[in-house]
Order: sequence, then C-alpha cells, then structure tokens
Amino acid sequence: MLISSQTATAAGDEEDKTGFIMHHVKDSHEWHFATFGNTHITLPLPVIIYSSDRGLEFYMSTQFQNPETHTFGKAYAHNGYYIDEHDHLKALDENRSFIELSITKNVAMLFIVLAIVIWIILSAASHYKKHPGQAPKGAASFIEPIVVFIRDEIALPNIGHHKYKKFTPYLLTIFFFIWFGNLLGLFPGAANLTGNIAVTATLAIFTFFVTNLNGNKDYWKHVVATPGVPAPLLLIIVPVEIIGLFTKPFALMVRLFVAITAGHIVILSFIGLIFVFESYAVGLASTVMVVFINMIELLVATIQAYVFTLFSAMYIGQAVAEHDHH
Amino acid sequence: MLTSILLSAGFALMGAGIGAGIVAIGAGLGIGRIGGQAMEGIARQPEAAGKIQTAMLIIAALIEVVSLFAVVVCLLIALGDYTF
Repeated sequence: MLISSQTATAAGDEEDKTGFIMHHVKDSHEWHFATFGNTHITLPLPVIIYSSDRGLEFYMSTQFQNPETHTFGKAYAHNGYYIDEHDHLKALDENRSFIELSITKNVAMLFIVLAIVIWIILSAASHYKKHPGQAPKGAASFIEPIVVFIRDEIALPNIGHHKYKKFTPYLLTIFFFIWFGNLLGLFPGAANLTGNIAVTATLAIFTFFVTNLNGNKDYWKHVVATPGVPAPLLLIIVPVEIIGLFTKPFALMVRLFVAITAGHIVILSFIGLIFVFESYAVGLASTVMVVFINMIELLVATIQAYVFTLFSAMYIGQAVAEHDHH
Repeated sequence: MLTSILLSAGFALMGAGIGAGIVAIGAGLGIGRIGGQAMEGIARQPEAAGKIQTAMLIIAALIEVVSLFAVVVCLLIALGDYTF
C-alpha cells in the first residue's frame, strides 16, 4: 500500500498539481522544455551503458519511453534495460551489474556551462596576449575586476603572500564555474546544475583534496596531536579533529546544493500556486513574486559562489599556514 | 489498522509543516538580528556603510542556508512516499 502526500489531499483533486516541482529540480534522461496540450517539446538525450559482458552501449532516451506521452516505465524496456518512474535506469535482470554513463540533463548542462566559461576565459586570455600592457576590452574587461577581487580579497588575505599564487587558479576556476552554473540554471528551460548534490559533492571533494594534499606538518600535527592539550583530553579532541576534516567539505557541499535547490523550489512553488488556485488575481500576484524572487536568486547565486570560494581559501590557508613558534 | 496508518502519515505531514514554520521563525530571528546590528553600525558610522552592507549580505546568506537545510528535510518528509 502506497501512501504519499498526494493521497492525503482532498478527495476532489484528480491530478497531481505539484509533482512538476520535483520533476524540474531533479535530473532527467531527457530535456523537457514545454508541453502544449498533447505535444511535448523535449530534447532526447543519449543513454550510455557500460557492462562487462556487452561493453559500451549507446541508446537514445526515446527508445525507453512512450512516444506520445513521453513517460518512462517498465513497459518500454529495450534490450534488457528500462527507466523506472523515478527516472533511474535499471536492468530487467536484477543481478545485472552495469555502469551508467548517460548524458543526462545535468551532464548536458555541465557541458554547456563548461563551454561558456572556457570561451569567456580563453577570449580574455587571448586579448591579453595580443595587446600586452593595454587597457582590457571585451571579455577581458569583464573578468579582470573579478579576478583581481578574488586574488586580492579572497586568496591573498586567507592564504598569505608566500603561497597564494599557487592556489589562485583553483579558486578562480571554482568561482567562475559555480557562478556561471548558478546563473545559467536560473534561465527558464535550463537545468539545475549546481543544485545537483553529485556536482556539489565533486566540488567539495576537490577542495578536500587540495587542502589535505597541501597540508604542512603543523596542520597535521594540529589534527592528530594538538599541541598544548593534556593527554586525556586528546582522546576526545583527536576524533573530533578528524571528523572536522570531513565536516568542512560536507558543509560546503550541502550549503551550495541547498541554497540553489531551495531557490528553484520556491520559484516553482509560486508558479504552482497559479495552477492550484486557477484565478487571474493569483496569477498576477504570483508573477510579481516570481520576478522578485528571481532577482533575489541572482544575488544568492553570486553570494553562494563567493562563499564557496572564500571558505575554500580559508581551509587552504589553514592547511599551509606557517606558524611562528614562540 | 487503516486508520492508524493514515493517522501516522497525517502526523508526519503535520510535523513537516510545523517544522517548516519553526524554521522560518529561526531564520527570521537570526537575519533580523544581523539587519538590526547592521543598521546600528551604519547609524554610528555612515562612512562604513558600504563595508557593513556587504558583510551583512554575506552573513545573511549563510544563515539563510541553515534554514534551508531544515526546509529540505521538511520537504523530503512531505513529498516522500510512505510504502507499507
């Protein structure tokens, strides 16, 4: 027996009016733009599966769905695989092991963000090469204040003037990637890239490796044998410090994921209100609120990119800090 | 038995709703405090208004994210499917 929040709603409602919120926020095997009556405007995406006996297999997502309603299900299984109602790829044989390497909606969005960021940065770099010593124009003039801000306000004060140059490229990369990912995800029809916990987990893992692989002896001594602490307390302090090594990137991951996903859910909920109430007055009020909250989300996008970069710089600074011993 | 199952599902949804409301109170208190102190700081020293405003926005974003942690938990409860 399946009880979901939908059954708890009033018995008069036939359709599911709020399912579209989670559908828009989650990853998917096809890129759905709009639905007019019975026509769906979607971009089908490739499904790539690697299994040890069959090797690499390429399919399109259209082979796993109903051609009219574009719903996935076990009934549309193809070649031993099917996509269930939670948009997970599964094998008909329960014991079959495979690796899914599909280009899902978020992966396609990742490639788009990558292309845009690389294009902007490379055109700025080529401008500097062609016009050395002159005032920047175009893409270079766009990114120069940002790069100077990150180098002088984030990297230099937190990492120290000896080592900041080594880590500034990493900080710039994550700042631009997160910033453009957040901003581009706010367009209608775009995918929620940084609101995918796998993407933010990967970014947090990068920060984890950059901090801990560059930790100097003082840093590790502080974690494993904290100086100035009596021996019985060390039994408590050392596990706490080791857990602290992991909670810092965990907080980075959850902070970015939650901020972006919750923003999208709020915007989608206001739009959903229009369909729940089905009135013009609510439509007008909702539209005004949606525009207002979209502006706030632009601000949140920039602030979250800044906060991720700032905290990464702080953790790197803690790892490479040179303490002068008294 | 059916009533007891429906009752537990109902309580879970009620818990999610009340939780989201309490989270809103927490976020409102925290960010309101920051805003108030920022106003005081700007009133004392209007030349530092730019710096105070920047710092205020950043800290407000951090606190808001903590409230969003809890909102996500409430959403997971409310939109989850309880299979028996």
